[in-house]
Amino acid sequence: MNTSSEQLPKTKILESLLAKDTGVYFEDALESGMVLNIGPQHPATHGVLRLLVQLDGETVIGCVPELGYLHRGFEKIAENSTYHEFIPHTDRLDYLAPLSNNTAFTFAVEKLAGIECTKRAQYIRMLISEMARIASHLVALGTMAMDVGALTVLLWGFREREKLQDIMDVLTGARFTTSYTRVGGVASDWTSVCTQMLEKFLDEFDHNLEEMEKLLNTNKIFLQRTENLGVISAEKAIDMGLTGPNLRASGVEYDLRRAVPYLDYNSIDFNIITYKEGDSLARYFVRCDEMRESAKILRQCLDKLPQGSIHTDDPKKVLPQKVDVYTKMEELIHDFMLINFGINPPVGEIYSSVENPKGELGFYLVSDGSGHPWRCKIRSPSMVNLQSLPLFIQGHMISDIVAVIGSMDPVMGEADK
Amino acid sequence: MTELIEKKLKENFSDSILDVIYFRGEQTFIVDKSKIVGILTFLRDDSELSFNFLIDLCGADRAKRKDRFEVVYQLFSLKNKVQLRIKCRVDEKYLNIDSVSDVFGTANWHERETYDMYGIIFNNHPDLRRMYMPEDYEYYPLRKDFPLLGIPGSIPLPKNK
Repeated sequence: MNTSSEQLPKTKILESLLAKDTGVYFEDALESGMVLNIGPQHPATHGVLRLLVQLDGETVIGCVPELGYLHRGFEKIAENSTYHEFIPHTDRLDYLAPLSNNTAFTFAVEKLAGIECTKRAQYIRMLISEMARIASHLVALGTMAMDVGALTVLLWGFREREKLQDIMDVLTGARFTTSYTRVGGVASDWTSVCTQMLEKFLDEFDHNLEEMEKLLNTNKIFLQRTENLGVISAEKAIDMGLTGPNLRASGVEYDLRRAVPYLDYNSIDFNIITYKEGDSLARYFVRCDEMRESAKILRQCLDKLPQGSIHTDDPKKVLPQKVDVYTKMEELIHDFMLINFGINPPVGEIYSSVENPKGELGFYLVSDGSGHPWRCKIRSPSMVNLQSLPLFIQGHMISDIVAVIGSMDPVMGEADK
Repeated sequence: MTELIEKKLKENFSDSILDVIYFRGEQTFIVDKSKIVGILTFLRDDSELSFNFLIDLCGADRAKRKDRFEVVYQLFSLKNKVQLRIKCRVDEKYLNIDSVSDVFGTANWHERETYDMYGIIFNNHPDLRRMYMPEDYEYYPLRKDFPLLGIPGSIPLPKNK
């Protein structure tokens, strides 16, 4: 065994790196083996991911990813706040797509409480979820390109994302921490201004996306640095619990919008994108094609957007509109009761999940009949996806690590919860 | 499908199924913790059921004197598009349960997280370490008796030089 790693203080994480089958020990005449710390504060680790890597020269022979540098105790907070109070916290999970996180949580609470939101609210939720998917994939695309050395795509990606954020600004009043959905509906109505802005965005988007893709698809360096890199088979991907584009790039046609249809996805026409290769390049292709499908869904949602109320008429569980609270006594009382004591779902437990840009975001909620959840477990896709990182990068070069992390698109906000 | 799952599980593990719960269209089996590896392997390998996807694994504190903790397994059958929940009760006195990381690779980190948050020991786990908290942290934050604001001084700050 090389001396350089033996001299390090024996922390548990180091022991787990050195003690397992990852250690290919050999007589090291050149002393080329070493243990390298990457992160947590490193631009290529997408936030605060720490990797402890065992190297032979530049080849990775072992890797232990370490989380915990961001842990904010969201589950503990959820168990000590009412269902409504927790909605703003969901913005902070996957902060690149807060709108789909809002949708996921309220959807879970509705299942627990037995509420069904109105058709119009369902369509607005589909609109915001798909907008969030495009916005998130644009960042994934840009940062992956940046990780392998192409900066322009990141700038162009953010240019497109800004247009979506403008729509979010008009719709929710915030660009980043939207907190837009409510149990039983959404906070404010979709307006004709939003429709105009979105139509304008969609008209330009196909061309702009194609332009971005051309930069990468014709770039020899990008292709050679991502092709056949970090390959994972379909069986292994299922075993490791991968979801979202990372799973579909391995050829598994698993998308919750079709597997367990929710909202009104059943009446929308779109394809599930799969690639067979399971490498970094396939994961990039899946995201690009998915953005096109999302644009297709957005167009259909705009066409089909029904008229009607944006929240269910269930005053004991659904917050009234502010204008009613200020003018009507009944609504004021209901608002007071809901804010102070919360909705009280019956005793029971549910698991509800939606297809988020990163993968399957699920909430396991246990109710004891009171206003706050007894147990709230967040099944965050990034955390589960990151577990496979050592499988992806073993045997590759050290510079490939960043290309693999970029292709996995982790967000540490939900990996660390 | 729910009848088939119940029938098959009761046929093969008649003594180990302690309870079956239905709520909002979801099926939950409470099973004996000593048989968990066998039950999950059966559910995964049975060609009709084919619960080959472990979506989630977590702990829960029931705050009861007997069988205080729960370990919850959330399964999905990619073939049948059906969800299933399996739960095991774990007593505080014998705070351990067999690891299922050999059955589902994804269970590795989920079990580490459950250990970190509740202190439940997973027998035969390949790398049972803290997930989020520091290595030498003494408490388990998601237990109901752990205060929301934390325990003052439990994570010592670096000394000023």
